[in-house]
This record gives sequence, structure tokens and C-alpha cells, in this order.
Amino acid sequence: MTVAQRLKSQGFIAFAVAVLLFLIFTGSIAGTIGFMLIFGIPLFAMKPMPPYSTIAEKVGKYIFLTVCTVIFIFLILPILVIMPLSLNAEPYFSFTEGMMALDPKAYSSRWYSDILRFGMTAPDATAGWWSDMWNNATWVRAFRNSFFLAIVSTALATFLGTLAALGLSRPEMPFRSAITSLLISPMIVPLVITATGMFFFYGGTMQGVIPGYPEGLAKTYLGLVLAHATLGIPFVIITVTATLTGFDRSLIRASQGLGANGWTTFYRVIMPLIVPGMISGALFAFITSLDEVVAVIFMADVDQRTIPRQMFSGLREQISPTILAVATILVIMSVVLLTTVELLRRRSERLRGMSPG
Amino acid sequence: MTDATLSGMDNAAQRAGADKKALLAADGTPLKQKLARTTRRMKFNAFMLTLPLVLFLLVSFVFPIGEMLVRSVYNPTGSNVVPQFAKAIQDWDENEGIPSEELIEIFVKDLATAAKNREVGKTVGNLATRINYEIPGSRSLFTKTARKVRRLEEGPYKEALFEIDKKWENPNIWRTLKRVTRDYTLSFYLAATDRKFDPDGSIVRADELYQIYLPILWKTIWLSALITALCFIIAYPVSYLLATLPLRTSNLLMIMVLLPFWTSLLVRTSAWIAMLQKEGIINNILVYLGLIGNEHRIQMIYNATGTVIAMVHILLPFMILPLYSVMKTIPPTYMRAARSMGASGTYAFTKVYFPQTIPGIAAGTLLVFILAIGYYITPALVGGNDGLLISNLIAGHIQRSLNWSLAAALGTILLVVVLTLYWVYNRLVGVDNLKFG
Repeated sequence: MTVAQRLKSQGFIAFAVAVLLFLIFTGSIAGTIGFMLIFGIPLFAMKPMPPYSTIAEKVGKYIFLTVCTVIFIFLILPILVIMPLSLNAEPYFSFTEGMMALDPKAYSSRWYSDILRFGMTAPDATAGWWSDMWNNATWVRAFRNSFFLAIVSTALATFLGTLAALGLSRPEMPFRSAITSLLISPMIVPLVITATGMFFFYGGTMQGVIPGYPEGLAKTYLGLVLAHATLGIPFVIITVTATLTGFDRSLIRASQGLGANGWTTFYRVIMPLIVPGMISGALFAFITSLDEVVAVIFMADVDQRTIPRQMFSGLREQISPTILAVATILVIMSVVLLTTVELLRRRSERLRGMSPG
Repeated sequence: MTDATLSGMDNAAQRAGADKKALLAADGTPLKQKLARTTRRMKFNAFMLTLPLVLFLLVSFVFPIGEMLVRSVYNPTGSNVVPQFAKAIQDWDENEGIPSEELIEIFVKDLATAAKNREVGKTVGNLATRINYEIPGSRSLFTKTARKVRRLEEGPYKEALFEIDKKWENPNIWRTLKRVTRDYTLSFYLAATDRKFDPDGSIVRADELYQIYLPILWKTIWLSALITALCFIIAYPVSYLLATLPLRTSNLLMIMVLLPFWTSLLVRTSAWIAMLQKEGIINNILVYLGLIGNEHRIQMIYNATGTVIAMVHILLPFMILPLYSVMKTIPPTYMRAARSMGASGTYAFTKVYFPQTIPGIAAGTLLVFILAIGYYITPALVGGNDGLLISNLIAGHIQRSLNWSLAAALGTILLVVVLTLYWVYNRLVGVDNLKFG
């Protein structure tokens, strides 16, 4: 038996004793399960350590793994917790006793139907229910506004951002660092400052003060699209430039040498290589717009409220589990988007030959 | 082609030209000239690709922020409401005490005209509010006077004004009026740094009671530093674990870091409300374990604690990702080499591993600090009164108190802080090193 194996078996015995003591002292099953998770996972994750490592190092490694487990739980628990909470039968943000006892009566999908019904003029009428829901339900309107804004501003940000990233990644680009810092700055400048500036500028507040000042774009979709596209652009620039680093520029000369014109070269050689980056960038811009709320608070009209705006006022005014139901839908959407981006990143790395897998 | 090869070719052409005639391109122009022209065209083409976006950002981003900068010093309320008077009083000597009858006549007539005006930004109310910022409590003096001077047909105006309110006999009112009716003013910057103009024009600290902005600014910086430090302490072990695990496992664990990153800010904030509130999950667990009594539930939200916990969770990925990408490049053999040469685990870590992670630490801490200092949504939702940051005050002035110039001045101060840090970030790390995932 190696030292590591012996330690592991001794560790497991010590662990079992600790679990038993914990159970006896607190007398709670759920607490013991939590205890087992936090202290058991690191034990399972312990790898055999090199023979020269001391006992202190082994204990240190175990503590290190325990700390990491706690941190991962800290990262993921809040997101997991909202899912069961959104099925609460009561209008609270906390687990009821019935929910803890897994009583089916304590669970309900009423907050999900509330997403469709809240704000409707006649939620119980059968005739014209669908059009009533589509036009009047508060959350449905918020979803429509959010998706409209996100799609249009993403298209704008992706087009302009990709074009600029192509320019920035050329070796002969003049003033590269100055221009890059300018293009990234919407991500760095605090949202409140950007939104304040846009509030003044799009609000046309200087109209009449400065001759020839443009008329206001506040409370228009155009103003919001411009704002959201601005905030999404840095993400497109960063992801597309990342795909273009390590891009073999001799491919372009090879293509030109074989008689392709500029457009064909772009379409047949550059484009296929940067498409994964473009899509990731677009998804980033999309999620940025979908999540953006400060500019909307400052500039949007009441019927232009987006999902996060609606959640913001919900959390401030009357907290209802409808917010958690919407949040759960958004988390599921994030999981889908994250998976897509990860797959695209791997594909892009494979295309550029950066990793064997 | 890189600049280096281009200049290398340049030199070659020069050397060749020294003993022979200048080399010629196919069309007969000197090669050097042709090369310069091609380089110029390539630079121009690259620049043209970025031009649409640069122009777009100028209109949608740079001009708006520029307008905010202008607004922090430009406030034409005076010349909008009482245009003739605003011009005339600038020639008045402050040491005179009370202005002459002619000047007061201009003032009264302007005020009477303004009293009929209902256009936004040009009413007496606007001027009264503006002066109220300088002399708290003087608002009613202006609205009352404006109401009464409408009935005033003829002079002497000076006596009539004194009749309406004794306060007009105070020279300080006129001195303040002279300063306030200028279009450009620094008084909003003074207000934003808890200072004000004395009636005689010197700059003094505001009264203790009115000192709110500097304390909030310091608190913002202190809380951001705390959040950055906590993020660093939490992120370092996790990044180390992710960087040293086999790729397959670390990719799986990376999802736990990236999922919060991709989840909406509002979702995470509402999740933290559910976790931290008095009837929330953390308190429930503590009560369940018998660590605290049911009646002693801890207030962890709607105060600075709630802001810090939620923001650490939200900003953590911005610390983990740069640390991870730096740690990924450190070969594990270095540590093993140090150990084999007799270094203890701690010594090897502090002397060999840690110094190599400093670029990642710089990138992560700067990014988290920059993002934290301008945070608005999370403090607004979970901060209560005690956890508010400078951004919340800016938003409050835009939406509620409508003191837009003060909001602009506070915004400019915050912007200067952030841009300075951004500049440092750019020098130390470089924006092109920003990556997600």
C-alpha cells in the first residue's frame, strides 16, 4: 500500500467518524448531508501525492480542496436555489416548511402562468385570450421589447465590430492601441456615466441652448438600440480579435496569388475562420443587451420596459416569485448560450489547429 | 508584411541605390517611393475598416459623455431666465454693496417677464432652484418676489424690492446672483467635493451637515477595494485548482465559473436577496443548525454587507478568468524543480510560483476594481442606505432631485478616476489581453 492510498483510507475512516459525530451532535439529516458534501468531495478529489510530500502538505492539500469546494458552492448555489424557489406555492422568496418536507401541495407553477397573465385586461376570458396576452401582459411585453432590442442592437454591433476587428488585426493598422482603447471603453466606463451622457444627449436637453442641436431620441427604440449596440461592441471586438490572433496571414497572400479578388478572399478564406468568433461575440453582445438595465432606466418609456427593467422595479416595489420564474427562464437561456459559445470556441481552436481535441 | 521587414527592405534599397541607380518598380517609379505609397494605402485601408465604428462610437458614446462634461460646468439658467440682467450685472462692482437703481430696474423687468414664462428651463422656478443650491432656503425669496413684481408698474424699483422682502437689502444675495448668472461655473464641482463659494467668492468647506459626497466617494473606493481584495482571496485558490487539474476536469469545473458570468445580473441579485434576507436560506440554515436563535436572525441584506457579498459573487469571474489564463501558462516543472533543489512547499510557492502570477493579479484586480467603483444596480437593490455607492447618488440626481449639473460633475469625477485606472490597466496589461472564456 502506498503512502497516498494509506492516507486516503485513513482519511475516509476519519471522515466517517466525523460524519457520525456531526449527526449525533446536531441530529439533523440535511445538515449532515451538507457536511458530507463540503468535506467529502475534497476527499474524493484527492489524488495520490508524490512520495516526498510531508503530512503537513497532505493536510494542506485537503484544506485547499475543501476551500475550493466551498467556493464552487458559493458560485453556483445562488443560481441553483432560485429554480425550486420559483415553484413556491406561497408568494415568498423563501422555502416554506411544506417545500422542505417535499409536500406536493407546497409546489405550484402559478408564477409561471403569472408571467403570461400579469397585466392582462381579462386573464380569465376565453375569447381573445391570446391577443390580450400578447398585447397587454406586462412580462410578455417586456420579453418582446428585450428580444427586439437585443436582436437589432446585436446585428448592428456585430457588423460594425467585426469590420473594425478586421482592421485592428492588420499589422499595418495605424494608432492601433489608441483606437482599441477607445473601442473597448464602453465596457470600462461605468454604465451610470454612459447612461447619464446618453440621457442628456439623446434627450436633446441642449436643444434650444445650442443652435442646431439634434432633436431628442429619448423614449424611442432607436435611442435604445444605439445605446445597447454601443455597450455590446467591446465584446464583439474582443472575441473577433481573439480569433484573428494567430491567423496565418500568408493564407491571404496565397489566396491572392491563386487569383482570388479581395471579396472572394474574404468570403472563402477569412470568413470561415472568424465566423466562430463572430457568433460568440454576437452572443456576448446579445446577452449584454438582454441584461442591460441602466440605460433603459434612464431613457426608456413605460411601455418600452425590458425584462431586467421589469425585474428591477419588481425587486424594488413588490417582490413576487414571478421574478424568480423569469429568472429561471433566463438561467436556462444562459446555459444554452454558454454551451453554444463553448462549442464554438472549441471548434474555432480546432480550426486554427491550436488544440488537438 | 510587418513594419520591420518593410524597413529592412527600405535599407536594402538604400544600400543598393548608393552604388547603383535607384531600383525601379515595374512601372518605372523608384521602388522606395512605390513601397511608401503601398504602405500608406495599406494603412489607410486598415483604418477605413475601423472608421464606421469609430464614427458610430463618436456619436453614440463620445459626444454623450462630452455633453456630460460640458454640463458639469455650463449652466445657462441665469441667462435663460433673466437675460438682460445676467449681462448687465457682470459689470457691477461687488464692493458697491447694493446695485444701482438702473440695474435693479433691469432685474425687476426681467423677473416680471420670466414670471409669465412657462417654457421648461426658463421659468423663475428654475432660477430659484439654481440659487437655492448656493444659498439654501432662498428659493421662496425668488418665487415670492417674481409673483409680486408682475404688479409693479413703475419705480423706484429699489424701494419696491426692499418692500417685498428685507433680504434684498443683503449684499450677499446680489454677489451670489452675479456669480450664478454666469453661464460657466465651477460651483457644481465644489458641491460635488463638499465645498462651496462664500458670499465674497472664496472657497470654503460646506457645513458638516451637507458633507455627503466626499464621504460617499471614499466609501465607494473603500468598498471597491474590499470587494477586489475578497475576490482576489477567493479567486486565487480556485484559479490555481483550475489551472493545475487535467483539461477535461477543469473544463467541467470552468462551467461553474462561467455560468454565473453568463447569467443576468438581475437574476444573480434576486438570487442573493433570496439567500441573504432575514427569512432567507442562509439565515434558515443557521437557525436550523442551531447556530443562532430564531429571533436573532442576522440582517445581511439592505446594507453594505449585502452589497459586498452580492458584488463579490458577481465580479468573481472577472478575477478568476485573467488569473486562470496566466496560471495556465506556468509550467508545473518549475515548482518541481524548486522542490527537487530543496525548497519547502511554501518557499517554492512564494519564490517561484507566486511571482509568475503577478501579471494575472494585476489584470484581475484592476478590472474588478474598475467595474466595482461604477456599480449601480446591485447597490441600488441590496444596498439599503448604508451600501449605496457614488453611482447611486448620480442616478438619484438625474431621476429624483433633477440637479443634472451636479450629477454631471459627480459623473466627471468618477469618470476621471475610472479612466486613470483604465490607463494604468492599459499600460500594465494591455486591452488586447482581455478575454472571456
